[in-house]
Amino acid sequence: MDTNDKEIKSTDSNIIDEVTRGDYKYGFTTDIDTDIIEKGLTEDTVRHISAMKGEPEWLLDFRLKAFRHWLTLTPPRWAHLDIPEIDFQAISYYAAPRKKEGPKSLDEVDPELLDTFNKLGIPLEEQKALSGMAVDAVMDSVSVKTTHREKLAELGVIFCSISEAVKDYPDLVRKYLGKVVSYRDNFYAALNSAVFSDGSFVYIPKGVRCPMELSTYFRINAAGTGQFERTLIVADDDAYVSYLEGCTAPMRDENQLHAAIVEIIVEDRAEVKYSTVQNWYAGDAKGRGGVYNFVTKRGLCRGDFSKLSWTQVETGSAITWKYPSCVLAGEGATGEFYSVAVTRNYQQADTGTKMIHLGRNTRSTIVSKGISAGHSQNSYRGLVKVAPNADGCRNYTQCDSLLLSQHCGAHTFPYIDVMNDTAVVEHEATTSKISEDQLFYCNQRGIPTEEAVGLIVNGYAKEVMNKLPMEFAVEAQRLLAVTLEGSVG
Amino acid sequence: MNSKHQYIDLYRTNAEAIDSGSAPALNRLRPQAAAALEATDFPVRGAEGYERTDVNAMFGPDYGVNIHRLDIPADIAASWRCDVPNMSTLLGVVANDAFIPSASLESRLPEGVIFTSLRRAALEYPELVANAYGSTAPLTDSMVALNTMLAQDGVFIRIPRGCRMSRPLQLVNIFSAPTPMLAPRRVLVVMEEGSEAQLLVCDHTQDCNRSYLSSEVVEIIMGENARLDYYCIEESSAMTSRHSQLFARQESGSVLMVNSSTLTAGNTRNDFTVTVNGKGCDTRLSGMVIASDGMHVDNSVNMLHLAPKCHSDQLFKYVAGGKASCAFQGRILVSEEAPFTDAYQTCRSVLASPEARMHAKPQLEIYNDEVKCSHGATTGQLDADALFYMRTRGIPEAEARTMLMQAFMADVIETVRMDGLRDRLRHLVEKRFAGKDASCSECHASCRERHTDPNND
Repeated sequence: MDTNDKEIKSTDSNIIDEVTRGDYKYGFTTDIDTDIIEKGLTEDTVRHISAMKGEPEWLLDFRLKAFRHWLTLTPPRWAHLDIPEIDFQAISYYAAPRKKEGPKSLDEVDPELLDTFNKLGIPLEEQKALSGMAVDAVMDSVSVKTTHREKLAELGVIFCSISEAVKDYPDLVRKYLGKVVSYRDNFYAALNSAVFSDGSFVYIPKGVRCPMELSTYFRINAAGTGQFERTLIVADDDAYVSYLEGCTAPMRDENQLHAAIVEIIVEDRAEVKYSTVQNWYAGDAKGRGGVYNFVTKRGLCRGDFSKLSWTQVETGSAITWKYPSCVLAGEGATGEFYSVAVTRNYQQADTGTKMIHLGRNTRSTIVSKGISAGHSQNSYRGLVKVAPNADGCRNYTQCDSLLLSQHCGAHTFPYIDVMNDTAVVEHEATTSKISEDQLFYCNQRGIPTEEAVGLIVNGYAKEVMNKLPMEFAVEAQRLLAVTLEGSVG
Repeated sequence: MNSKHQYIDLYRTNAEAIDSGSAPALNRLRPQAAAALEATDFPVRGAEGYERTDVNAMFGPDYGVNIHRLDIPADIAASWRCDVPNMSTLLGVVANDAFIPSASLESRLPEGVIFTSLRRAALEYPELVANAYGSTAPLTDSMVALNTMLAQDGVFIRIPRGCRMSRPLQLVNIFSAPTPMLAPRRVLVVMEEGSEAQLLVCDHTQDCNRSYLSSEVVEIIMGENARLDYYCIEESSAMTSRHSQLFARQESGSVLMVNSSTLTAGNTRNDFTVTVNGKGCDTRLSGMVIASDGMHVDNSVNMLHLAPKCHSDQLFKYVAGGKASCAFQGRILVSEEAPFTDAYQTCRSVLASPEARMHAKPQLEIYNDEVKCSHGATTGQLDADALFYMRTRGIPEAEARTMLMQAFMADVIETVRMDGLRDRLRHLVEKRFAGKDASCSECHASCRERHTDPNND
């Protein structure tokens, strides 16, 4: 009996081992001609980037101010992360696929590029035809192709790359850029503001409900380049938009830096749903290589009864430092954060959210599910703050951690700041491994352990997965399956 | 500027006087402590773990330190009667930072039990004290360094192997000085294998119109299978600041219970660091804070699980009224060497006035998968339904509130394992919520005007 038990135990741990190993499926590089500027960062680099993009004076000023401020800062060290020294002068700050003639139809798009997307599982044609999504594909910083432009234009929806927006809608961009995440916000925000290459701009006019889900794929392709994209989403009164962001990066040995900014402004009664599936290269089983993902994401719910919902599935990156936040300034505004973060091998993640309640009767919900395996460290860090004048606020936070190996770590660092006596703030957190009872129960019903692990992990993450838009949920589930190889029954 | 410098200067210029007023076993660590303090600054407000407490402001003012061991005429007789009814304790008093045993204390102690002044113990049992002193409180902590650098006296308790104390020990810390004063207080508790004891510590201030500051370091060393119940109650004054740190180390099978009640205070910071070194230990930490007016109370817990099969439980409750600001930091660390750990933590707070503030930071740091850990934190108000129900039954709102707040604190009070003390605490909390003077009625006759209702605003 005893030996039997031991055997079962060792097969169990073998399976969990297998399940949590699994190689990076998206590791391939595309040989497209890219323009890369010299490594290093000086004021000249900033001017050069700005000039290459043909930017107006005010934007160059913005970049230079950010750059000068960046020089006075040092990288933040407070996170529960072991970040190696990053040489910011050894990075090339701009890589763009070389411009041939602007593609007029899909046939003119570089076939290799299309192939890349096909490997990623987002064939543009198919998506255009079948799913009715508009995809703004960002590859190494420059928007390559935008689909469904015309349909959106009819409704007055603007969905284009931020460099185009600077040219076509300078007033709008100027009005909103840097208003939620100032260049003074933090080290990486300052860096991004100085050298941001491209990104997406979305404007949904008053009363428009965007009929399709907007989607962008980011991908770091060229070796030794950092990607600094910037996304700006504005939802005017009564507007609605669901925005999807997916990220993959090919296998590179050297660590790559990714420092993005996402700014969202939500006006009266508007709603924005922002979903991310992040699958940057996480390094190999020994912890070599991988992407450093240092992102500042923040939404300002400025309007009354506005709503912002963040959903993220984080499976990639060697190091993740990311806190999508909601500033709930309007009366009755709602903020939501749903997150699944999976770390394995030597990955490190310090991620969570900030809910800042400034308006009366604002509400927020936080559901965070961490899964750690191998030697990884997975931390939740979150802030819930209720300002003195914000009467009647409500927050509920739940963050659970699942441990799949003996050497991994799962940590929870919530900060709860309440300055109003009418607020109700709740926080709950649990940490445990997969329950032997649950596994045993599944086995007893004829479900093999491998399937059972998949079942339990999927069930564990379900609450968050359910919040993803349908098309994305499929991909996210596939990703979880790939990450936890063979676990999905 | 970091306010540590004035203390380093004080030490440098008076090193000899400080040494001569103390004992070699304590003096031994002083130079190291001074060097350590020079190397690390006092934590600044906003730093991790010190989000809401400004140590520099606390230690900034110019306090007198009694380095020349002058006798301060403390009206100890007034506090002598700080007896908890129905409880017969073995009492010792620390006036500012000097230990004064009660009459015939020594003759009443069981054989082998030491309960005396730290300075005296260091002279009489130099080896015993030298081995234990500074063994759990790290000098890398600037606040410990400060205390170690300045502490000349304190309290030493040793319960010998297998000794079970039938009567609780009681320690009354009292501030009584004609000038603003800083008292470095130090308590060293050595629980040898299989010993059992209960220790009650009360903090009082005799003159409520003068500002005092205490820097307290309590070291507890728990031998195998030792059991200690440690209770501390703070009832000082609005002008009293307290920076208190408790460091406990537990060997296998030991059981430690710490219960802290902050009923009246000015500016208080309590640190509890428990290191579980042996397997099969049990640790319970609980705290109750009733804050009103401009009180500031910050409790910080560091529960370090370094050995397998241990259990720990934390329960902290706050009621904040007036302009009180409260904070709670709780950290549970489970190392890779500590499988089969069960660790739980709960922090619940009620904000009873619009200007009250609560900052909570429960944390889990887990490096092992064979664990069950959870934490929960809530901040809110009294249940409106319960209030309504009580009012429909004819209970006036104010009374209903008081009853609900008492009920809210009940489970912390229930953790107290001394019957007399439990009743006493219940009574004190009742009075406190009713807005009356919550001090043990005999204790300080001099100040009656300072307590106010946490409901008032």
